[in-house]
Amino acid sequence: MNYFLGVDYPTLWYLVIGLLFSGYAILEGFDFGAGAWHLFFKKDISRRIAINAIAPVWDANQVWLVIGGGALFAGFPVMYATMLSAMYVPFMLFLMFNVLRAAAIKFRSAEEMRWWRRTWDIVYSVSSSMIAFLLGVVLANILQGFALGPNFSYQGDAFFSFLNPYAIMVGFTTLSLFMTQGAIYLLLKTEGRLHLRLTFLLQKGMIFFIISFAVTTLYTLVFIPEVTENFREKPIYFVVPILSFLAVANVPRLVSKKRYMLALIFSSLTMSFLLVLVAIQLYPTLLISTIDPKYSVTIYNAASSQKSLGIMLTIVLIGAPLLGAYFFFLYRTFNGKVKLDDTSY
Amino acid sequence: MVITEGLYIKTKNKEYEILTRFWIKIFALTFGIGVATGIIMEFEFGTNWAVYSRYVGDIFGSALAAEGLFAFGLESTFLGVLLFGWNRVKPWVHFVSTLGVFLGSMFSAVWIVVANSWQQTPAGYHIVGEGLMARAEVTDFWAMVFNPSSVDRVIHTWQGAILAGAFLVLSVHAYYIRKGRYLEISKKGFKIALVVATIFSLTQLLSGHSSADGVAVNQPAKLAAMEGHFEKKAPADLYLLGWVDKENQKTTGIGIPGGLSFLVHQDFKAPIKGLNAFPLEDRPSQINAVFQFYHIMISIGMVLIALSLYACFLWWRGKLFETKWLLWIFSFAVILPQIANQVGWFSAEMGRQPWVVYGQLRTSQAFSQEVTSSHILFSLILFLVVYSILFVLFIYSVNKKIKHGPYEEAKKPVSFTTS
Repeated sequence: MNYFLGVDYPTLWYLVIGLLFSGYAILEGFDFGAGAWHLFFKKDISRRIAINAIAPVWDANQVWLVIGGGALFAGFPVMYATMLSAMYVPFMLFLMFNVLRAAAIKFRSAEEMRWWRRTWDIVYSVSSSMIAFLLGVVLANILQGFALGPNFSYQGDAFFSFLNPYAIMVGFTTLSLFMTQGAIYLLLKTEGRLHLRLTFLLQKGMIFFIISFAVTTLYTLVFIPEVTENFREKPIYFVVPILSFLAVANVPRLVSKKRYMLALIFSSLTMSFLLVLVAIQLYPTLLISTIDPKYSVTIYNAASSQKSLGIMLTIVLIGAPLLGAYFFFLYRTFNGKVKLDDTSY
Repeated sequence: MVITEGLYIKTKNKEYEILTRFWIKIFALTFGIGVATGIIMEFEFGTNWAVYSRYVGDIFGSALAAEGLFAFGLESTFLGVLLFGWNRVKPWVHFVSTLGVFLGSMFSAVWIVVANSWQQTPAGYHIVGEGLMARAEVTDFWAMVFNPSSVDRVIHTWQGAILAGAFLVLSVHAYYIRKGRYLEISKKGFKIALVVATIFSLTQLLSGHSSADGVAVNQPAKLAAMEGHFEKKAPADLYLLGWVDKENQKTTGIGIPGGLSFLVHQDFKAPIKGLNAFPLEDRPSQINAVFQFYHIMISIGMVLIALSLYACFLWWRGKLFETKWLLWIFSFAVILPQIANQVGWFSAEMGRQPWVVYGQLRTSQAFSQEVTSSHILFSLILFLVVYSILFVLFIYSVNKKIKHGPYEEAKKPVSFTTS
């Protein structure tokens, strides 16, 4: 086993992937969230502003999914293969909604007809919401574990078994979290009446989030207590849920002070803390086998070779600053309120 | 876009700006649909080819991660500035963004084709484990990246893509010139694309030859299938057209006897290993399909060379834009490189069969064991429907943008007035 800064390679790679997924959740979180609110805006001009708020950045934000997926494939091929094939149907739906959402953004502005725009508005909003929901469903399934047998073979095969009550609850939690994030981002990008309306919508979003989060947490503690094992062993970890609670509590205060950028940072922090929570609960397991723990996928039996992990950590060390620079340039260019011009959708 | 915008920066000629803006609009649509449909590929490895993913993850993964970080990151971030940054950044910064998107997409092709080439000609690895648990691990990263076929195939893919772009530009401008619309800028656009098309259709021939030479050395069974060559040890013919009869092991057609031997060994009499030199289970099953796809690709390549050279000749004689029939052909020739690229991939991938990793892992053993046929049917129908809708919408929108023409954009409240 190789170590870098005293941490073994698979654990490092686990952290890299966690970082990528939380980047994806934060950035695409406001894209999907903005999409989920879309039908709450009534006028075509408001909808155009909302779409153009994410238009220059959503393709770039999608990079985090591509890299995250690639990193998972590269670092933990066994996890990548087992998870995706065991959750075939939800991932196919996830991909389909991604395609539909992209199509809606591209095609919506192509025609002026009312029915055309309304149709694409619905496609856009439904697919954005469904992606957010499905990400939660996938997360819930990972927390619950899979019927994994020898050779990482998945034994279950019911078509809709992924859609259980717990998964639905977590699905609503991610949706509400993304909607909060989306509303704050849009507050940052809009002015006037639309801006006022968003302040109101954000309140609803926060209430939605707090309710679904509370219900999910209770359900987790009562029905799947084994996921909190890592916490009971090391109570210091309880700091994470407390931090995430504090971060959420800070958001309404900052919004009322009109410090939207800070509010966005705090709601992003909430997201990251929740992901850290999941990461701690799982570590070092990636997929729990419900048949026998010895069949579980862990970061050690799923990892690529030490050499390969080393090469890829080098790639990440070179690539990450570059990517950071690109994103800095992109977001600096499109800083400020949305102004519609001839290049807008 | 890089050429026209570069010319605009250099000459400050508004016509180049109009051209650039017009082609960026078309590009935006293509890119959007490309990304949306492309992400599916990345996840399909895991959903449908789980055994394969576990097997190649150690190798394929690093190429894919490099693609995401170095290439896709570059093109997707700069894309935002390319599409929406006209009024927000200085012209040269915009040009840098265009360049970033261009380089990003070129790098993308590098890493993807490297991964695919490794499947064709694995190198720099060793096998660990057995049966369903067997997997390839990297022993030498650079040997893996520069495996025997990757350089040839990256170049071939790049040039194929550039030709597809050049012929799209040629097609649209030929259409405008025939209709007498946007004459000045269309002539400029046509000439630029013609230069690109001529250069790359010629170099594509060289790269194709070099690529085939590589196949002869590394994947002899594939080469034999491409030319429908069965005899174990005999000079092989080079066909222009033909039909492979797999049952009777006979290929009939018009061609140069011993031509393939000549291309590979510079000797018409040199023996080439035929399909019969390989055990039945190691041969591609769809020999005629491989043969046909391969020959369609080559024929189209030749047609593209002939078209571009003839157009250059007429340009030299000053008659290019009066020759309506040629412009008419160019309007429709956009489909040719598209077909060539597709059938080229078909023959490369079908010719590799029965292997998914050549000589190492069979396709029949690489799919996800746990995914049932009803799952597959569900996803196939799902994507068939979604992709068909997208295809129709894409064609409709591109067509509409082309019919509108580049000045349509200029009418909106922006800076330039040339028309």
